[in-house]
Amino acid sequence: MNLHTQPRIIKSAILLSCSLILMLGCSKQKTQITQAGITFCSEGSPASFNPQLDTSSTTADASSHQIYDRLLEFNTENGEIEPGLASSWLVSNDGLTYTFQLRKGVKFHDTAYFTPTRSFNADDVVFSMDRWRVVSHPYHDVSGGSYPYFQSLGLKNTIKDVARINGYRVEISLYKPDSSFLANLATDFSVILSAEYGMNLLAEGSPSNMDILPIGTGPYKFVSYRKDQFIRYQRHSDYFLDTIGPENLVFDITPKSSLRVAKLITGECDAVAFPSQNDLEIIRDREDLTLLEKPGLNVGFWAFNTSKPPFDNPKVRRALALAIDKTSLLEAVYLGQATRAKSLVPSASWAHQPNMQDTGYNPVTARKLLDEANIPDNFTMNIWAMPVQRAYNPNAMKMAQLMSTYLGDVGVTVNIVSYDWARFRENLTAGMHDSVLIGWSADNGDPDNFYRPLLTCAAIPSGTNRAQWCNPEYDALIENALKIEDSDERRIFYHRANQIIFRETPLVPIAHAYQYQAVNNKIEGLSINPFGGIRFDDVVRK
Amino acid sequence: MLNLLLRYVNLMVLTIAILVIISFSLAYMFPGDTLTNISGIVPQSNEQRVALEAVFKLDRSIFVQFWYYLESLISGDWGVSFSSQVSLLDEISIAFPATIELITYSLLVSIFVGIPLGFIGGIWHHKPFDFGVVTFSVVSYSFPVFWLALIFITIFCLQLGYLPLSGRVNFLYDIPHSSGFILWDIMLADIPDKKDAFIDALRHLILPTASIAVVTTAIFIRFTRRSIMDEMNKGYIDAAKSRGFTTKQIFFKHGLRNSLLPILPLMAMQISTLITNAMVVETIFSWPGIGNWIIQAIYQRDYPAIRIGMLVVSVFVVTLTITIEFISRAIDPARDKFQRGAV
Repeated sequence: MNLHTQPRIIKSAILLSCSLILMLGCSKQKTQITQAGITFCSEGSPASFNPQLDTSSTTADASSHQIYDRLLEFNTENGEIEPGLASSWLVSNDGLTYTFQLRKGVKFHDTAYFTPTRSFNADDVVFSMDRWRVVSHPYHDVSGGSYPYFQSLGLKNTIKDVARINGYRVEISLYKPDSSFLANLATDFSVILSAEYGMNLLAEGSPSNMDILPIGTGPYKFVSYRKDQFIRYQRHSDYFLDTIGPENLVFDITPKSSLRVAKLITGECDAVAFPSQNDLEIIRDREDLTLLEKPGLNVGFWAFNTSKPPFDNPKVRRALALAIDKTSLLEAVYLGQATRAKSLVPSASWAHQPNMQDTGYNPVTARKLLDEANIPDNFTMNIWAMPVQRAYNPNAMKMAQLMSTYLGDVGVTVNIVSYDWARFRENLTAGMHDSVLIGWSADNGDPDNFYRPLLTCAAIPSGTNRAQWCNPEYDALIENALKIEDSDERRIFYHRANQIIFRETPLVPIAHAYQYQAVNNKIEGLSINPFGGIRFDDVVRK
Repeated sequence: MLNLLLRYVNLMVLTIAILVIISFSLAYMFPGDTLTNISGIVPQSNEQRVALEAVFKLDRSIFVQFWYYLESLISGDWGVSFSSQVSLLDEISIAFPATIELITYSLLVSIFVGIPLGFIGGIWHHKPFDFGVVTFSVVSYSFPVFWLALIFITIFCLQLGYLPLSGRVNFLYDIPHSSGFILWDIMLADIPDKKDAFIDALRHLILPTASIAVVTTAIFIRFTRRSIMDEMNKGYIDAAKSRGFTTKQIFFKHGLRNSLLPILPLMAMQISTLITNAMVVETIFSWPGIGNWIIQAIYQRDYPAIRIGMLVVSVFVVTLTITIEFISRAIDPARDKFQRGAV
């Protein structure tokens, strides 16, 4: 070998390795395993695999429709209630007794950690409901023992008893009629757990595994989970419905929204949750991706702490509401991806009131009202801006900054306050704020899910009534609305409640944001579920 | 020789002792509850707090606490992560091999690209090819690693769509964890489509490896080129030439070996640079290694994890550096430390 030939050899070696890299790079064809599976890029790690314990949508996405079933289901198209694990149900004439006929032969998951010996029956329903309802239930205090969804609705005080009539029939009796009761049973949180698994774990002495290694009847069984990395599911081959979903399902946990979209572009994700407002145009421009959008069942608002003077004065609250320009907030914070909110419920709900009055932008009247209420010119208040992004408020900090300029125009100085999310909520519940920018995503299509947790007196201790506002007239309307089955009649009550909210202004509704999901065009059957968590039972790869 | 060994062992033990003391004191210096910082558990009740304090000897003097801390470090009882409540030892034993794997491949790429290029540049120095090599090494040495990684992502992932941008392997391949090295684990795994999984893992490896290797390659080129130029200009090479040896003979018999020997330890020293760069690159490519893990811990203010993560990485770097230093000293005792380039 002559030394002078060496550069040529090396050159060809480099060329060879380069072409090898390119060959590897170009082998993009999907293999059998990737062909048979679907990867969903989710936005965070679930708190547990039991949606009873948490109202966060991340937990519901990861567990509710994958691992579990409910007695009833929402039709994702029109919000009607459909049979789930209950094949039929009967409501007594007085509206106090609900009898559910259960489906037979529904199998629980057979996994590495549990082999069921029987199929689903009435015991599982009683077990699942008693867990959050009955304080003496062996599982009530497991995994923290807090059931925020049921607590915020006060369901414990609505249900008198859950009784097993026979193996496949359950009777639930109520203290008072509740027309939203069936809807509550269809939410993400009303999942059916396995009583047999519960008893086994109790005997083993590891009851908290119930919520970590879940067993349900749903279309997918849990395989493995690593925090901040992935959740693996496998198809439940004995699922009671015929589904066409993929053999394997993976949640690739990617907290950064820009990274989720990037992975969607490279094909590492087949679908992504919560694409950020800035990336929506990129997704729309690409031919291989589809952006699903739906007006969401949510509302972003600015709530005043009505237990604190001078915010106990409706005149002051009204003045502050008039001082801000909602239209420019919508453009600057939601980038036009939301509709202006006039009341609590969005147009997706049947209780929406399109002709509702709205507070306009009028700084002159605002100042006049403030003068009438003896608010001095250099009055200082704080606005708490929530530290996390949510569809109903993608950037509370920016919104607070914009609002502070508007309020400055009417002589009100604003301090913006923020803590980490856990402490933020804790201090809110303690009522340490003057006002807060926060919001609410509904869990079912029933308007009661907006009106009750957000503004009733009972919702103050459970921490969802951020205005700490208690009005007996409003509470009576909300209570009475539940006693009526007919939605046209119920609507009248909610419209009257809207009038009270408008008059008293405990909070200023700002926006109903759209919900987004981005999908690769090769994926079919994925839709936005406005009533909660994402579902993969009918998703296929073309 | 024994004397030398003792001196290095002494140096290592002292350095590690200081690191352990620092990590121990971090539990007190971090904001928040010392008990939580040291155990990773938030006590739910007063009884649990008292019980935990007794376990971690927090009710005793600081020396007893430190002794207990040492004991648990050695026995592998490192406490639990504050955010995931999983044993830190388990988490690190999953994350650390991923980093080692990335570093190993980058080192190999740097060696197989950097050394030959450096040789060519050194032998034909100040020729067009050498100028090319030098330009390449200067330019790539000047790239900030994180920027280069982002440029790679923009070009190869987002524009061309050739390569994946995150992780080690598509999550749909369920590779059981045994050694922690993904390629090795795939070979051992009993799964269908093994070949596809292997190719998939390779494709995931290309960009992170390349991003780290570019800078190290540049360093290796410069080391090798310099060393060859020094060596080939020495008197004995001229003497060999005058005796009629061909360039090839001179190069392979004398030049190669003599110029490699002094630079090998210098190259090994680059491992700490590699680790630093790997930690940055891991975050960008969501590579589940120790760097990514520590950065997540910092985001989540997971103080037990930060403390142990820092200790593990620094002990690794210290041990490796001192060992390399010792070996190079042992195999080449002729030069004194000033010529070799000390630690």
